[in-house]
Amino acid sequence: MAKKLDKVDVVVVGTGWAGGVISAELSKAGKKVVALERGEKKNLEDYTGVKDELRFMNRFQMMQDLSHETITSRNTMDEQALPVRTRDEMMAGTDTGGGGVHWAGAVYRYPPYDFEIYSKTAERYGKDKIPDGMTIQDWGITYDEMEPYYDQFEKTAGISGEEDPLGPERSNDYPNPPLLESRPVRLFKDAAEELGYHPYQVASANVSQQYENPDGETLNACMYCAFCHYYGCDFGAKSDPLMTVIPTAQKTGNFELRTQSYVRRVLYDGGNKANGVMYVDTETGQEFEQPADVVVLAAFTFTNNRLLMLSEIGKPYDPESRTGVIGKNFNGQMNITFLGARGFFEDRKFNLYAGAGALGGTMSDFAADNFDHSDVDFINGGAIEIRQYGEGAITSNRVPKGTPNWGSEFKKNANHYAYRNLNVWYTAANMSWYHNYMDLDPTYKDDFGDPLLRVTNKYTDQDRNIAKFGIEKCTEIMENMGADIIDADDIPEEFDHMYQGGHYAGGVIMGDDPETSAVNNYLQMWDVDNLFVVGGSAFPHFPGHHPTVTIGSLAYRASEGIEKYLKNGGQLLKGKQEA
Amino acid sequence: MADEDKEKTDESRRRFIKNTGMIAGGVVGGSLFGGLLTSQFQDDSDTQTSNNEATQNLQEARTFFSRKEDFDTLQAATERILPKDDDGPGAIELGVPFFIDKQLSGSWGTNAKAYMKDPFYQNKQTYEYQHKDTKQDKSGPNTSTQAPSRTPRYQTRLNRGDIYLQGLRKMNEVSQKKFDNKFTELEADQQDDVLQAFDNGEIDMRGVAGITFFNLLRQMTLEGAFSDPVYGGNRNMMGWKMKEYPGPRMSYVNELESDAFVKKEPKSLRDFQS
Repeated sequence: MAKKLDKVDVVVVGTGWAGGVISAELSKAGKKVVALERGEKKNLEDYTGVKDELRFMNRFQMMQDLSHETITSRNTMDEQALPVRTRDEMMAGTDTGGGGVHWAGAVYRYPPYDFEIYSKTAERYGKDKIPDGMTIQDWGITYDEMEPYYDQFEKTAGISGEEDPLGPERSNDYPNPPLLESRPVRLFKDAAEELGYHPYQVASANVSQQYENPDGETLNACMYCAFCHYYGCDFGAKSDPLMTVIPTAQKTGNFELRTQSYVRRVLYDGGNKANGVMYVDTETGQEFEQPADVVVLAAFTFTNNRLLMLSEIGKPYDPESRTGVIGKNFNGQMNITFLGARGFFEDRKFNLYAGAGALGGTMSDFAADNFDHSDVDFINGGAIEIRQYGEGAITSNRVPKGTPNWGSEFKKNANHYAYRNLNVWYTAANMSWYHNYMDLDPTYKDDFGDPLLRVTNKYTDQDRNIAKFGIEKCTEIMENMGADIIDADDIPEEFDHMYQGGHYAGGVIMGDDPETSAVNNYLQMWDVDNLFVVGGSAFPHFPGHHPTVTIGSLAYRASEGIEKYLKNGGQLLKGKQEA
Repeated sequence: MADEDKEKTDESRRRFIKNTGMIAGGVVGGSLFGGLLTSQFQDDSDTQTSNNEATQNLQEARTFFSRKEDFDTLQAATERILPKDDDGPGAIELGVPFFIDKQLSGSWGTNAKAYMKDPFYQNKQTYEYQHKDTKQDKSGPNTSTQAPSRTPRYQTRLNRGDIYLQGLRKMNEVSQKKFDNKFTELEADQQDDVLQAFDNGEIDMRGVAGITFFNLLRQMTLEGAFSDPVYGGNRNMMGWKMKEYPGPRMSYVNELESDAFVKKEPKSLRDFQS
């Protein structure tokens, strides 16, 4: 029997960047906020003295324990979906701070094109440029409307960067200068510049100098120790929710964090209000009902979708009739969206054991609609990036194509090239399709007997064509960087069910039409006034850049919406069709 | 060979293996333990045993494998994946087999954090996943941050420990079939031949593909050679020294800015325990 708790103003599911920003903003505004996190309680101390590649990179210490719950995956509607069983195949953060603690910290604003992708594509190339079955849509918000939230997030996180010469207008510079330029990054920039491109330093949440954010939280200067991406920072030099928004919320006295609290349902009995959430304390097994005036789902894409489906909120998407919304437009940075070229150098040896998650060079010449797509067989684009994460000794076993996979020759080449190889890749955008979606799996269950989320996803010609384009551009740059051996990536035939990288989105998508979107541009559900669904789940497609700052910035937008709702109630915006 | 002699040979071979490190690859004709241990060898190994007793690592005993034969097979196999040669120590000298043994007796070996609920399908689809995905080390956003190991979808009810036990015994079966001898008794090139058959996806096992076992074996051999020595592999940081990897440190600001390669003596997690 569930124990019913006292009502609070806001209950937030998830404590990553999305849940963290909302918790901070609303508790600062004097609202009583409870955040529920299924993982463990963590702080800086948990990541100190444990610079351990095996533990974090190969055994996935910071990732979700899949023994309780995972997703299932298939390519097409007529296949049997199979569970994604191991953490080698899955990357979803867990514990306080969520994926915001292990993230690399690469920061890109999404360009104006992506927010209005349907209109802008049709306007420039005609509607026929968008193939039948590609379900892209405008996001219901423009870049100019997003700009203040981007600015706010960048200040909170102390982002360190320089302006993209081809980027959209900014109201302010980044709050901190860019990270140091290592030799590989300089090599990339010089080569790109020589080819007439516009390279610049990747903006970074690894902070370049000691910095106090507007909430009074202090971040330290990055030491380039290389234990960054997949790890928690032991020095408080990578901006994450543990160093910023969570302590900010805690200082207000209005915030309570409950860890090991696994939310199973949104309490909903029809109508336009949710009553709260039901969760289980995973240490004792006790069930609780937490009533609240506002319910915020700010978990990973998979969990946001699944909770809505399990709670029977919104109209589930049906790929046969192409109607309904929840689960629609599954998208993300798949394995095909990070292809490029790896170069091996005979007479250059780089200090690749040093680095930082977002240390790198990038360019936007082939991003979004920055180049003419009239003569190419795809739309959108991506960044071309070099990254110097810094490598452990297990990672640095890369060998040129043609080297055997094991044995003396492998060992010889792996040792020889450990510090002599660099990779340049294209972070291609991923468009949405009617056949890529999420629903509940008919076979597999979690520990409580609830169905797992099922993902149906396959690659299209758009994906293969954009990947091919990117590989060619990366190869050209790598040649100019002077690599002696260049291995261009192969294009995979089909999505291989490796959910690595953690950038998966869609299903609770935003827009201005309730028929084709689940939430308005405050991330408020069209169907349920006091339910806000925040995170990558709101992306109608995946632009050609990393997602985190857009998620954090949308969370600022949502916080504003929640405050408005708490004041006035009702729907904050009118849907397009009702207008 | 008389029985008594055979016993003596076995005994010295065991000590020899237990002593690890010292020999590994590159022994006469590339054969490791091939029933070719000469008397000279036996003498040597006796001497070495007593010499090394004082410095012997007390952690080097089996915690997962109970049959010595399984562990011997494992040692020989890892040594072919990373052989001792002019470039540096091999898997045995680096402590890889003990690393794998310890990993398998812990949560990794028992798949504690993996979804292991029924049903497990052994159908065409899963068969193809396991056999086809040979390029998975080249795909995905993690190619730049993770060891290049192939990761076929894991769709077996066996946990990693089970896969090893079955896989190592299957290796002996294949060795018997191909060369009429146990894996550990084969010449190096014959051992390679057996491993290659697994790597090529030619070997079927019960409930899992042979290639899945091989991928796991290869991945864990690399992990054992190059992870922090706290896990029992990378003995004396020899793997790191071979790779010129300096280990975990608080700061690499200076090295990051340097255009020249900066070589440093490695430090390990042990240095952080104060």
